[in-house]
Amino acid sequence: MIHSLFIINSSGDVFMEKHWKSVVSRSVCDYFFDEQRKIGSPEDIPAVIPTPHHYLISIYRSSMFFIAVCMTEVPPLFVIEFLHRVVDTFDDYFTECTESIIKENYVVVYELLDEMLDNGFPLATESNILKELIKPPNLLRTIANTVTGKSNVSATLPSGQLSNVPWRRTGVKYTNNEAYFDVVEEVDAIIDKSGSTVFAEIQGYIDCCIKLSGMPDLTLSFMNARLFDDVSFHPCVRFKRWESERILSFIPPDGNMRLMSYHIGSQSIVAIPIYVRHSLNWKDGRLDLTVGPKQTIGRTVENVVIEIPMPKTVTNSVLICNQGKYSFDPVSRLLVWDVGRIDTTKLPNLQGTVTSVTGSTGDSKPTISVKFTINQMAVSGLKVNRLDMYGEKYKPFKGVKYITKAGKFQIRM
Amino acid sequence: MNNNGSYGNERSISSGGAGDIDYASDPASGGFFNSDYKKHDDLKQMLDTNKDGLKLEAMKRIIGMIAKGRDASELFPAVVKNVVSKNIEVKKLVYVYLVRYAEEQQDLALLSISTFQRALKDPNQLIRASALRVLSSIRVPVIVPIVMLAIKDSASDMSPYVRKTAAHAIPKLYSLDPEQKDELVHVIEKLLSDKTTLVVGSAVMAFEEVCPEKISLIHKNFRKLCNLLVDVDEWGQVIIINMLTRYARTQFVDPNKGMIDSYDESERPFYDDEEESEDLKNKKPSFSLDTDHRLLLKNAKPLLQSRNAAVVMAVAQLYHHCAPRNEVSIIGKSLIRLLRSHREVQSVVLNCMAYISVQRKGMFEPYLKSFFVRTSDPTHIKLLKLDILTNLATETSISVILREFQTYVSSPDKEFVAAAIQAIGRCASNIKEVTDTCLNGLVSMLSNRDEAVVAESVVVIKKLLQSQPSRHRDIIQSMAKLMDTITVPAARASILWLLGEYSELVPNIAPDVLRKLAKSFVSEEDIVKLQVLNLSVKLYLNNPSQTQLLCQYVFTLARYDQNYDIRDRSRFLRQFIFPTNNENNLAKFSKKIFLASKPAPLLVSRFKDTPINVRTLCEPDRESYQMGSLSHYLNMRASGYHDLPNFPEVAPDSSARNVAEIPSPSPPPISSKKESKNRSFYSESDSSPVDEDSDSSEGDSDDDDGNEKSNDEESSSDDSSDDDSDSSDDSQSQIEIRKVIKNDEIDGEDSGSDSDDSSDGSSSDDTDSSEEKPQVAKPAGKSVPSKPVSNLDLLLDLDDVVPNLPIMTPSLGGFLSPLTPSLTGASSTMNSVLPVGPSFTSSKYFEVLSKIVGRGMSVEGRFTRQPHLFSPKMLNVELKFTNHSSEPFEEISMSFQKLPPGVKLHEFAPIACLPQHGSLIGSIGVDWNDSTQPLNFDINWRDGSASVTLKSPVGELLRAVKVSHTMFIEEQGKLRGMNEHSEKVSPSKPVAKIPESVFEVTNVFLLPAVEPNIYRFSGQTMASNSLVLVTIKTTADAGEVEVIVNCEKMVVGSLLLREIKTIFLN
Repeated sequence: MIHSLFIINSSGDVFMEKHWKSVVSRSVCDYFFDEQRKIGSPEDIPAVIPTPHHYLISIYRSSMFFIAVCMTEVPPLFVIEFLHRVVDTFDDYFTECTESIIKENYVVVYELLDEMLDNGFPLATESNILKELIKPPNLLRTIANTVTGKSNVSATLPSGQLSNVPWRRTGVKYTNNEAYFDVVEEVDAIIDKSGSTVFAEIQGYIDCCIKLSGMPDLTLSFMNARLFDDVSFHPCVRFKRWESERILSFIPPDGNMRLMSYHIGSQSIVAIPIYVRHSLNWKDGRLDLTVGPKQTIGRTVENVVIEIPMPKTVTNSVLICNQGKYSFDPVSRLLVWDVGRIDTTKLPNLQGTVTSVTGSTGDSKPTISVKFTINQMAVSGLKVNRLDMYGEKYKPFKGVKYITKAGKFQIRM
Repeated sequence: MNNNGSYGNERSISSGGAGDIDYASDPASGGFFNSDYKKHDDLKQMLDTNKDGLKLEAMKRIIGMIAKGRDASELFPAVVKNVVSKNIEVKKLVYVYLVRYAEEQQDLALLSISTFQRALKDPNQLIRASALRVLSSIRVPVIVPIVMLAIKDSASDMSPYVRKTAAHAIPKLYSLDPEQKDELVHVIEKLLSDKTTLVVGSAVMAFEEVCPEKISLIHKNFRKLCNLLVDVDEWGQVIIINMLTRYARTQFVDPNKGMIDSYDESERPFYDDEEESEDLKNKKPSFSLDTDHRLLLKNAKPLLQSRNAAVVMAVAQLYHHCAPRNEVSIIGKSLIRLLRSHREVQSVVLNCMAYISVQRKGMFEPYLKSFFVRTSDPTHIKLLKLDILTNLATETSISVILREFQTYVSSPDKEFVAAAIQAIGRCASNIKEVTDTCLNGLVSMLSNRDEAVVAESVVVIKKLLQSQPSRHRDIIQSMAKLMDTITVPAARASILWLLGEYSELVPNIAPDVLRKLAKSFVSEEDIVKLQVLNLSVKLYLNNPSQTQLLCQYVFTLARYDQNYDIRDRSRFLRQFIFPTNNENNLAKFSKKIFLASKPAPLLVSRFKDTPINVRTLCEPDRESYQMGSLSHYLNMRASGYHDLPNFPEVAPDSSARNVAEIPSPSPPPISSKKESKNRSFYSESDSSPVDEDSDSSEGDSDDDDGNEKSNDEESSSDDSSDDDSDSSDDSQSQIEIRKVIKNDEIDGEDSGSDSDDSSDGSSSDDTDSSEEKPQVAKPAGKSVPSKPVSNLDLLLDLDDVVPNLPIMTPSLGGFLSPLTPSLTGASSTMNSVLPVGPSFTSSKYFEVLSKIVGRGMSVEGRFTRQPHLFSPKMLNVELKFTNHSSEPFEEISMSFQKLPPGVKLHEFAPIACLPQHGSLIGSIGVDWNDSTQPLNFDINWRDGSASVTLKSPVGELLRAVKVSHTMFIEEQGKLRGMNEHSEKVSPSKPVAKIPESVFEVTNVFLLPAVEPNIYRFSGQTMASNSLVLVTIKTTADAGEVEVIVNCEKMVVGSLLLREIKTIFLN
């Protein structure tokens, strides 16, 4: 399976390597660098690079490359998923995963990598189990450990590993028992230049933060479960119950997790909560943008950000906006207009000129990508009906929050 | 941030402890060797201290070096010493180091082996598992037999986690020594039959790595694997499904066989499908899927909902390769969902989709819009989406797709634009209805301001025109005009080719173009030059009068060109039109050669099968690879790829998958396992002790009766113990409880052992590791692990390599391997260790709680040398409560906060009332885990409490066991080196009292004397069942006594020696 892992930073240094089998020289990364040189953007580096003796399967996250070296046939998705899981675990442990954080916590990182793979085959990837084996570093524990001489490493096997619910650690105890559910929906859309919707769908997920003592068995039901086109679940969800009753029944892992993600596809009509009126004329370089709300059921649209990647020929821009602030980066040629919240009485507007090398812009039109959030609304109309808990006596505090966000929301100019 | 990749922790240490050390030392700088030396010296010092903190820091820095890829191999000797460290984190880091460097420092690495061997018997399953992990990861060929043994034993460990680790270790050993395959296959077979979800995933992984061709191993487990599939961890699911796909292709018939070859299903308009397939169904009611085939598909289906893309893909490929055609479409929706995932996932999934979309167009048609390209997509994703869109295009959807393509053409991403234009071309050639529209669109693009767009359009138009050139004279004309403006070589070459090919359509323009090009010939690109030559030949053949001079001019230029290709070409073409000798037959046919009508090129997706006539044998196309595999993604055979077999014509016998309902509780699997074990390590000679012992076993034959009696009792206790234990242990693992009942209160005699096989006989329980699983044995249960036949040969092997190696007994088998049922053969009785009653019980009490501290109540303790009722590993300590005060003590109970690791305590039954001046007896059970550490607990009564400390002398931590004399000698032979402690003392007591004195100190059994003046005592530690062998030799005049203690637990051995020694000295 996975022979070795190399982590490479944006400047091309291999700053960490880990081998699960015989050592693979880091010179194998040269093939990767060759490929990198050939292809400009890091986003475009192929996921699998075959070399004479190895296969390099890489992912690009937080401006680092994680390169897994394999020698034999292996499903590429298997390795890719695993690498992403590694990064997710780092995120979970250190709240974010950057080069400097990995370097700072290299011992924990190394211990984690050692625990997650054995001989290149995944061993323990469940966050609850890992956290019992290797405690995540925090200041308090570091101090306590130096004083008491205890270590971050557990001497016993996490109880969850052997149980039927390997994702949950046992002996969980909280004084305040709480369960919070965030229903987040992202609107993916392509709007053509006349303002009509080419394609729109909703990607939703339910993230939860569950801090309940003991072994709670939860059921979550929806008012309108028929909305879902396609769903995927955390392993803790009992699929049979879902099939027969459309109820999420599960024993949750402790802490944060993504309970389910769902897809409401192009078959159903998706409300588009925002519109952008735009005009861009290359001849005189006039740009005029107006943003307004649409189909929001009375909720305010917040955190609106508009980004336009301008063609390479654009050199500068002189623009005035009546709300928020805008910036233009002459290197990446990205025009960013941070609008903020949309006030319906006075619509935000941005106008002015963009200067470009004359006559060379051609017909290419940039695409506007829009970001926004709407609180307390799920754009699909999804509603959680009730949450019940079995198996424990206490009364937990329950909360559900709905948020709608822009996903890949693009408007063609 | 220091850019040398030094890690945070390291710098803080260097500033704190080691002064200025240049970590980023450059080999060129003068101070390199100096600082390097200093650095390592410093680390060595830190490793040699006895402070865990310093060791940990040192290890952390060393791990930092490894992580950065620096060489830390020099420190090997210093690090390997710490493998015995008590600090779990230090130990863990040492393991990491060891795995990294053991291969390079094989001899030194052997020093650590014994530690792992010992750890393999640790009661803590995590420690057992990690010992096996590290042991198997040390890639040192010498230890292959040891690892083999360890794997075998761990494969029948009680803890599923350890069994999982054993499965992981199998491929490691296999890669180290492929010779071991046959034996490993046996272990794999055993692990495959495991019913724990934790284990099966890894077992199948081992199967795939070691013996994927042994498909027969799967038969019996097929249904179980299908049923467990949903509960296996994600990674295991992927491996299992992939394996079962291959299995299904060998064991089931093609589900689509007999369905009229409706491969062109995809070609039909989508809405037609349903009726048709309905028809098909009606036509073929006879065909039904094998129930097992159905089971596999049914159980895999829910996994399409997995959060893990790899699992979804595995199910998708299973359906793609093995499901009836009308069921495959359910995978479409899930694959579409994956498109929201990370970029790399998208790339792989789109690749597979592009491949599927060629064959099963209907599947993705409803999701057409999901493939619309976003500007933010990386280029290669965009290209894949284009491929899929063109594959999906039908008459109905083409208008939507073309409208999309139109917007793509104005994208700033040039590579993408080019691909979009090619895609338009492909649509145009595939769907006849839109060819004209597309062509018009492409022609309108010729006026595009972007040259790249124009160039690409020209190339595509050229291809399209070939199919029906006569209708498009105006297009050819306008393209000829482009020659003046367009500079992209490929486009220029394409135009030239078109003009040459269809010069009859534009008889006036073509020669003029040639004229212009003759002028600029020298400055053209090579590809254009070749086409100029081509054009001139064709024009000359059609219209020699106008073009002869031009031709000659061009050929002369070409003759002296810098590029030999062009020189070659001109020389070659010249023969056709300006033949040097008149005999040249070629010239006669030149018209036929050059102006033959050429077939229009097929514009196909790169994911479409190449037409059969083009496909070469050595280069199989994507079709033949298992979807979702690396080979499929790269479209080349990856090493280790197993071909997906074709469905058999006739399904092999399905009864092979039947599993007998109640497998007989058979000793055969065990004995066969033992046999196989023996075969590898022991030479023929090992059979001799077996024979030898058969006579000594005769004496034991009486016990059989007792066994049967106890067997009945046991079955009842068995039930209760099962109930107790279920909660703590994994309920799924089938646990075979092997108990030995000894009833020494009745007859004081020793009894044999008995076994109680549960359903499979495949796994066994080792009582020593049953700390999670307290057993209730009555009236006094003791476990009797049998020693396996000697592993001496193996050890001798090792001895040869490293003579100084302290040798621990590798007789792991003694505790981890299944016991041989004692009633079945003579071999077992010979090496059995039989617990016996104590030869001496002290009646002396020691003080536990003084009456002053206890405010009137005193507690005294006594070791009764009886096992505690609660667990055979617990020592029974009798507590005598005496009330010295005039008040009664009420509600006496005990409590404890924290016990030392591994220590267990069973409290005494609370005493309701202790009358004044009365005394009562209570008893507690303590499992000291073979250590002499003191135990702290509180004794509480109604008005107060007192904390007490209880400490056991090492001698009490043993139980007396009876072993045969041969076995004593043999075991002693194994426990040499560091495991042997001996000392000579001059006693002050007469010789005759030696046994009594020893019994006073420790609970051992005196073997019948064979030689005068040599006393042999045998015992066993309570918790880990390690043998303790005490030999006392006296000289004839009793002036000197030599005490030898052999015990695998070095600490126990040395402490015991000290205690025995003191009795002789006092």
